[in-house]
Parts: sequence; structure tokens; C-alpha cells
Amino acid sequence: MSGESLIRVSGLTREYRMGAETVHALRGVDMEIRRNEYLAIMGPSGSGKSTLMNLIGCLDSPTCGEYWLNGVEVSQMQDDELARVRNREIGFVFQTFNLLPRASALHNVELPLIYAGMSGRERRQHAARALERVGLADRMAHKPNELSGGQRQRVAIARALVNDPSILLADEPTGNLDSSTSAEIMAVFEELYRQGQTVVMVTHEADIASHARRVVTLLDGVVNSDTVREAA
Amino acid sequence: MPFAEAIRLALRVIWTQKMKSSFSVIGVFIGVTFLIAVVTVVEGMNAYMTESFANKLLGVNTFQLRRYPGVQMGDISSETRRQWRRRPRITYEDARAVEAGLTVPVLVAWESSNRGTVEYDGKVARDIDLIAATEEWFAIREMDLETGRAFSAQEVRTGQPVVVLGNELAERLFDDRDPIGREVRVRRIPYRVIGVAEPQGSVFGMSLDKFAVAPALSPLKRFVNPPRVLDELKVRANSQAELEAAIAETEAIMRSRRGLRPTQESNFSIETADAVLDFWDRINQFLMMALPGLVSISLVVGGIVIMNIMLMAVAERTREIGIRKSLGARRRDIMRQFLVESATLATVGALMGIAFGLGMAALVQATTFLPARVAPWSIVVAVILGAGVGIGAGLYPASRAARLDPVEAIRQE
Ligand SMILES: Nc1ncnc2c1ncn2[C@@H]1O[C@H](COP(=O)(O)OP(=O)(O)OP(=O)(O)O)[C@@H](O)[C@H]1O
Ligand SMILES: [Mg+2]
Repeated sequence: MSGESLIRVSGLTREYRMGAETVHALRGVDMEIRRNEYLAIMGPSGSGKSTLMNLIGCLDSPTCGEYWLNGVEVSQMQDDELARVRNREIGFVFQTFNLLPRASALHNVELPLIYAGMSGRERRQHAARALERVGLADRMAHKPNELSGGQRQRVAIARALVNDPSILLADEPTGNLDSSTSAEIMAVFEELYRQGQTVVMVTHEADIASHARRVVTLLDGVVNSDTVREAA
Repeated sequence: MPFAEAIRLALRVIWTQKMKSSFSVIGVFIGVTFLIAVVTVVEGMNAYMTESFANKLLGVNTFQLRRYPGVQMGDISSETRRQWRRRPRITYEDARAVEAGLTVPVLVAWESSNRGTVEYDGKVARDIDLIAATEEWFAIREMDLETGRAFSAQEVRTGQPVVVLGNELAERLFDDRDPIGREVRVRRIPYRVIGVAEPQGSVFGMSLDKFAVAPALSPLKRFVNPPRVLDELKVRANSQAELEAAIAETEAIMRSRRGLRPTQESNFSIETADAVLDFWDRINQFLMMALPGLVSISLVVGGIVIMNIMLMAVAERTREIGIRKSLGARRRDIMRQFLVESATLATVGALMGIAFGLGMAALVQATTFLPARVAPWSIVVAVILGAGVGIGAGLYPASRAARLDPVEAIRQE
């Protein structure tokens, strides 16, 4: 069910210096993620889930350890190269949506394409298609505050998808949504996975994790368990 | 992000924050308004001084031989004034000696003047420039007549009581009636009007058409000067080179007539339009030297304001920056976004300053005698300065924005 290796991290460590103290958010994570996997990351609060996602999403750099993406060592990259990886390889969905409040849904989805250097017309076509994929064809001109929470998260998913990323990362994407809206959003991820999208999702809730084919749990900054389930 | 995109984004941000934007560009706006208004008026003055003032008042290729300068500009000490008063006057004999001695082809006229009244049929015109002159005076001044004729050499020599009136004076005394042949009283002396000059316009808001000019040896001579004395000898040459030659000859003639030794200063004045223009040049230079100082003060202040506004903008939009970075914006993309924004902001301020400055110059032109002349270079300089201040002021805030850490930025509320 899953293909060749997409991501490999080994000995991944992230420490935060807080004055004299050092917080060990990750203490050496080893993990492999294959193409077309649907992976849930679980664990108690403070176990390092977000820290790991930020590292995989190239939003942050590890204190030490290796991170390979598509056969390229990301942990050695400079700022501009990291920006390029974020732009081309990664689609990130946040708990708090993180849309630009003054921009329309369409413009929000266009943003990654702007930084990819795509021309205006092509950009709008791509962005419109991504919004159609998440069922928002009729809400393109709306501003975030004119959309429901579920719709906002769909815009964010469309934005994450628009550059055809190698991997879709979602850090508690339903954390701010009620249960029925959560179910809708989970259905979107499910559908994307079926279409061949690699998905990694952080969640607290077991029933949400049950959508995933593989569940990794973190505890105190290290991998505690890693279980693969048979398809339901 | 392409450049055009960045400008469009910047304009949108500026537009959505109209109040803050207009506040932040006040410094640049004032600096540029000042620059444009001053340059426009100074350039106008410049054109005015060279084209009309100097030439109208003093004439082209013309010099005046006088006891002391007639057009006095700038600070002249009372000591200098006392010295001037001690100088001998220019006499008929001086004038004739110069006329006889000049080898360069020139036009020569005597001129003496005083203020006084001219009356006709119960109407009294006061404070009129009463001029006693010789016949070539008209040619030197390039003064054409609207009606009638000028006086002749014969009339000058015999001191005929004939008079040519300035346009405004003639209108005031005669309304629509024909003045030619009528008898007016100049300082109570009966004079016959033989001509009316064409309108001469004005300088610095003073009319040049309130005069009456009569032959130098006519009865008016008693009122303009002591016997056998004139105010000035006007000499007009055909070219600048000949003018300089004529000045040198005149100087030599006068110095030898007055027995001055080589070490002694001349005790007479030779006045040309150049002298007046030199003085104007100095004012001009002073203004143009002071201008950059004043403009740069307001631009520096404007730059500091913009820098602070941009720092505030970066702080307020930390989350936006984080989001953009998480989506693949590079440092230089963020840098460019904020630089373009502050440059656009300042340029918009500069453009408003240009419009307002031109408006002020137009207002000055409409309400005073001062002309306005737009110097294209000042507009170019204003736009470049505006954009430059924007970029300069934006550098630090933009680089702070560009260096933000995406994770921390995104967590910001
Ligand atoms: N910027 C930071 N500075 C200092 N410590 C941090 C920072 N970010 C995270 N940490 C610490 O690192 C540890 C892991 O945090 P992380 O956010 O990865 O946890 P999490 O598993 O995502 O928790 P939650 O389920 O509450 O989101 C925590 O102890 C946290 O306090
Ligand atoms: Mg978290």
C-alpha cells in the first residue's frame, strides 16, 4: 500500500535554550515515511509533536540529527533552499488556519504560487482548481471572516495542495472545529489520501487517528510506538 | 514575487490604512512641497529677473554713468552712502566729454528725474516720474509710441516744453480723449503733449507707465537737478563686447577728467544689468544652497517617521510574515515586499508634495507679481528623493521582517 521512502529522520534532536535551562523538545527521533502513507502522530501534550512537524515542514531546523527528504539532506540546507522546499515539497495545514485575513480565499490559495514565480493567469487557474478540489468553488471571493471554520480549513488545505507537494502535513487540523465539521475535514484528507497524497497528521483524538493507516506515538521527545493497521 | 505584484500589494496596504499612511508621509510631503514650491518660484524669479526686470529697468547692452548706483540691492553701509554723497555730480560737461570721446558706435541719452504732479483740466496725477531726457532715450529704452511722436534733437537743444506721457498717466488724465496737442501742467509748467508711450508693464508690481518725459533742456530741468547736472548718462552699445569697450573708454575719460591717480578708486558708478543680475545670482545661490538643507531636514524627519511606521507595520504583521515564509517566501521576497511598501509610501507622499507644491506656486503666481516656472529637474529630483527616502527608511524594518523565524512569527497573535 505504500511506496518508496519519502522522508527519513535519524537522531533528530531539538533543544530550546531558555536562559540557563535547556528544554529538550525532541531527544533523537528515528522514523521513515513512505510515499502515499497516511500517518497519524499522537502523544500527550508537550511530547514534541508540533516540534517534529515543524522540522519535517522545514519551518524549523534541528539542533542535531539528519533529515532526508526525497533523497536530499534538508538538515544541511540554508535559508533560501529551505524556503524553496517549503514552497515546492511541503503543504502545511495549521490548527489555526493561518489565512491572510484581508485576502480573498482565492488570493490566499495563490500565495504559494506567487512565491513559485507563476504568472498571474496561470496562478488563478491553479488556485481555483485547488479550491474546487476541497468543495469551495463558490466561495473564492470570500474573505476568511466571511467563511465558517470548516470552510477556512478547506481554504488552508487548498493552499497546502496548490503546489502539488510531496507531503501534506497537518498539525491538529480539527483542533479548532466542532465534531461534525471535523468529520467533514477528515473526509477531505481521506479523499486526498485515496488520490495518492501522502498525509501526516498530528492529533489528540483516537477516533481521528483511526482514519490513518499508521500511528506513531511520541513520549517525552522520542518515538514510543509505531503501529501499522490494515485498511478498514 | 514579481515587482509589479509587489507594488500592487503595497498600494493595497497603503490604501487600506489611509489614515496611518497619510500621517507617515507628512515629512516627505512637506519636504517635497517645499522643494517644488521654492524651485518653481525661484526659477520664475530667475526668468523674471533676466527677461523682464533687468532689461526693462536697465536695458539690453546698456550702461549708466551715475554718481552712485541707481538700483541698490543688498545691504549698503551708511559709511558707503556717506561716501557716495561726497562724490561730485555728473555734469553736462562730463556727459558731453564722454559722448565726444567714445569711439565705439553707441546710442547716448541723458536722463534726470524727479517725482511730481501732472495736471490737466482739473485732474491731478501725483507721484509721477518726471523725466528730463535727450532724444535717443526712446531708442535706448526700446520704447515705441502708441500715438503721436517723440521729441527731436532740435527740441532738446532748444528746450521746447513738449512732453511724452506714459500710458497709464495719459489714460488717467484724458480717459478716451485724444491727448495729442493738449496742454498739461508738469510741476505747474505748461507743456504740450506730443506723444503717448505704449504700455511698458510693471516690475515687482510697480507700474512702469506712470511717467512723463520731456526734453532735457526744457523748463523741467530746474526741478530734476541743480543746474548743469544730470542723474545719469545712458549708453547703449550694439553688442556685449562693444558694451565692455564703451565702459572701459568711459571709465578712462571720467578718471582723467577728474584727475584720479591709478591707485584711487573711481568716484562715479557705471551700472549695467549684469550688476543687478549678479546680485540676483547671489540671492539665488543662497536660496539654492539653503534649499537642500531645509529639504533634507524634512526628508530625514520624514524618513525617521516612515521607518517607525514600517517597524510598527512589521510588528503588526509578524503573523502575516510567518505565514508567507511558511508558504515559501524567501528572505529577499519579504525584504522586497516591505521595501517596496515603504518606497511606494514615500513616493506617493512625494507625488502629493509635487502636486501641492505646484499648486502653491500657481497660487503665488495668481496672487502676486511673482511668476512661477516649473523646473522639470525638480520634479525628477523630488520623485527620486521620495523613493530614496522610502528605501532608506525601509531597509532596517524590512530586514527585520525578513529575518523573522517562521515558527515564532506564526505563533504571534
Ligand atoms: N519556542 C519554544 N521555546 C521553548 N520551549 C518550547 C518552544 N516550543 C516548544 N517548546 C517546548 O518543547 C516541548 C514540546 O513542545 P511541542 O509544541 O512540540 O509539544 P506538542 O506535542 O505539540 O504539544 P501539544 O499537544 O500541546 O501541542 C514542550 O515542552 C514545549 O514547552
Ligand atoms: Mg502541538
